[in-house]
Amino acid sequence: MNPPTEDGHYGRWGGSYVPEVLHDTFKRLKEDFAAAKADPDFWREYVELMSTYSCRPTPLTFAENLTRHFGGAKIYIKREDLNHTGAHKANNVIGQGLLVKRMGKTRVIAETGAGQHGVATATMAAKFGFECTVYMGEVDVLRQRPNVFWMEKLGAKVVPVTDGSRILKDAINEAFRDWVTNMDNTHYVLGTACGPAPFPEMVSWFQSIIGIEARKQILHYHHTLPARVYACVGGGSNAMGIFQGFLDDDNVELVGVEAGGHGLSTGKHASRLCSDDASPGMAQGYKTMFLQNSDGQMLETHSVSAGLDYVGVSPILANLNDQKRVRFESATDVEVIEALNLTMKKEGIIPALESSHAFVQAFKEAPGLPKDSAIIINQSGRGDKDIFTIAHALKDPSWKEFIINEAREYQQGESK
Amino acid sequence: MKLEENLRRRRENKEILLMTHLVLGYPDFDTNREVIAQMVENGVDSIELQIPFSEPVADGPVILKASQESLDHGTKVSDCINFAKEMVEKWDIPFLFMTYYNIVFKYGEEAFFKKCAEIGITGVIVPDIPPEMGGSFYQFAEQYGISPVLIFAPTSSDERMEITGKCSRGFVYCVPRKGVTGAKSEFGDGLTQYLVRCRKHTSLLLGVGFGIESRANVEALIGKADIAIIGSKTIKLVDEKGAASVGPFIRQLLGEK
Ligand SMILES: Cc1ncc(COP(=O)(O)O)c(C=O)c1O
Repeated sequence: MNPPTEDGHYGRWGGSYVPEVLHDTFKRLKEDFAAAKADPDFWREYVELMSTYSCRPTPLTFAENLTRHFGGAKIYIKREDLNHTGAHKANNVIGQGLLVKRMGKTRVIAETGAGQHGVATATMAAKFGFECTVYMGEVDVLRQRPNVFWMEKLGAKVVPVTDGSRILKDAINEAFRDWVTNMDNTHYVLGTACGPAPFPEMVSWFQSIIGIEARKQILHYHHTLPARVYACVGGGSNAMGIFQGFLDDDNVELVGVEAGGHGLSTGKHASRLCSDDASPGMAQGYKTMFLQNSDGQMLETHSVSAGLDYVGVSPILANLNDQKRVRFESATDVEVIEALNLTMKKEGIIPALESSHAFVQAFKEAPGLPKDSAIIINQSGRGDKDIFTIAHALKDPSWKEFIINEAREYQQGESK
Repeated sequence: MKLEENLRRRRENKEILLMTHLVLGYPDFDTNREVIAQMVENGVDSIELQIPFSEPVADGPVILKASQESLDHGTKVSDCINFAKEMVEKWDIPFLFMTYYNIVFKYGEEAFFKKCAEIGITGVIVPDIPPEMGGSFYQFAEQYGISPVLIFAPTSSDERMEITGKCSRGFVYCVPRKGVTGAKSEFGDGLTQYLVRCRKHTSLLLGVGFGIESRANVEALIGKADIAIIGSKTIKLVDEKGAASVGPFIRQLLGEK
C-alpha cells in the first residue's frame, strides 16, 4: 500500500487537523511510530506477543456447509473472533500498547462503540500495567452491557458519554477532550483506522497481520488467490487489515460492507461510501466522507451493530473507493440477523453483528461465482457479546423468560 | 488588516481590552441580541460569535451544551450569518466568527470568506485548521481581508510559535493551559513566564482566553497581554441570571463600580 503524503493525506482524504495544544504530542507520536515501524524487532516482538497472549495466527476456516448451501464459490472464514478478547481489535491494541511502552507513557484512554475495543484496551492496560479510562456513548453502554461489566472488572474506568447522539463519535470527542488535558502521561489508543495522521496508517499497519496471514492460508488451502474478500466497515480497521493482504493482486476483488440499518432510503443507516447521504467533510481531525447535513452538522446514524454506527470512515478506504480498488455495499439490520442465524445453524460459528454484515454480502454473491473459486469473509469478532441484542432481535421466548426471572430475583434480593 | 488596526487603536488608551464570546442561537437569537447590547453598551471592545458545530472537540461542557441546544432547535449557518450582519450594522465594534473548520469547508472556503467580507466580519477563530493543513483557507482569508486568529498553547515549542505567529492576523489567541474551554486557569508565575515567551514570538497583540471569570483575573493580565477574552463565564451567567446580568458583570471586569 502506498504510504500517505508527508502531511498524512491519502488522495484528498485524511490529514492531521489537530488543535494547537496537541501539535507537539502528534509530532512526537509520528516520530515514535515511524521509528517503531522501521525497526524489525518491534514487529517481531508484536507477532511474538500476538502468538503467545492472543491466538495468532488465527485460523482460516473452510465453511463446507455454507458452501454446499449456496452452491457457488468455496467460502472461507478468517477467524478474528478467536483472538484474545474476541475480535480483531486486540491486534491494534496490543500494537499500540507496545508503542506506549516505548514512549514511556503510563496511562491509556480509548473510545468504544461495541465495547470490543474498550475491552481490548482494558485488557492490554491490565497486562502492561497502565491506568485506563474508556469513553463510551450512553446508548452503547446500554446496548453492550456485558462489555461494560468486563471493562470494569479488568480495572478500567468506563465513562458514559451523554453529549451529542451518545454513540461512538461522541465517545471519540470526549476522549480527545481528555487527551488535550492529559497528553503528558496519556496515550489515546484510537480504535479504528480513522482520526488524524498517523492513526489511520498506524492502526492499519497493526491490523495488516490479518491480511498477511490470510493470504498465506488461502494459498495453502486453495492453492490460488480468492476471487473476492469481504469485510464489514465501521471505521475500517478490520477491512484495512485483511484487504492489505490482497491490495496488489488485481484479480482479487475487495468488498467493504457498511451498515445499511433500516435501509439506505430511510436515512437510518451508517453507509458513508455507498449511500448518497454522505459528503466530503473534516471532523475528528481528518477529512473523509461524513454523514452530515448541508451545513456540515453530523447526522444521527443507525445500525443494529454499535461497532458500525459511525459518521466517518477511514480516509484510506475513502481513497481506495475513489480509485475503485474497493467496492462498497451495505447490509440491512434484518439481513444481518438472517445471515447470523444461518451461519450459526450451518457452521456452529457465531459472528458478531458487525461481522455479519460481511457475511450478508458474501452470501448474496457466492451462488453466482464458479465452484472452483474461493471467497474469504473476515469474521472480525464473535457474537457472544451481542447476546442481548441478538436474543431480542430473534424474539427468543426462553431468553426473555430468563431475563424476567433474573430481574425478579434481583428485585426480591434487594427488598429482603 | 481591519481587525488589527481597530484593536490597536482601542488599545492606545486602555491598559487592556475586553473581548467576549457567545454561542449563536443559544438560548435563542433574541437573547443573543440582548446580551450583545449589554456587552457593547458596557464597554466590550470586540465579540466572538460562535457558529455552533455538532462536534466541538475543543470546547468544554458549557459551550458544548450551548452548541448542542442551539442546533437542536434548528440553528442554521445562514441564520448565524444573517444575525452577524445585523450586529455588525448595529454596533461599532469588531465582530469575529468562532467555529470549526467543517462549517467553513462545507460552506466553501472562498464563499465563506467572501461572505464575511460582505457582512463586515473582521476575523475568524477556527481552532482545528492548523497552518500546515490550511493552505487555501489562509489564502482566501488574506484575499478577502479577513484575519484568521491562530492559537498559542503552553505546549507550543518556540519553533512552533514562530510558525503560527507568522500565520496569525489581528492578534494571537494565547491559551494559558491545557484542556478544553470552561475550566479554571492559574494566573500565577507560570502564566507570566508563558506570556513572556508568547511576546517573544510575535509582534501581534496577545489575547488570553480560557477560564477568565473575575476582575482579579483581568488585572493579572494587565501589562502582560493586550486582550482578556471571556468565554464560558457569560454563558453560565445568562443561564443563571438572565441577559440583564451581563452589563454589571462587564463593568465589574473593567474595574468599574
Ligand atoms: C467485532 C467488530 N467488528 C467490526 C468493528 C468495526 O470496526 P472497524 O471497521 O474498525 O473494523 C467493530 C467495532 O467495534 C467490532 O467490534
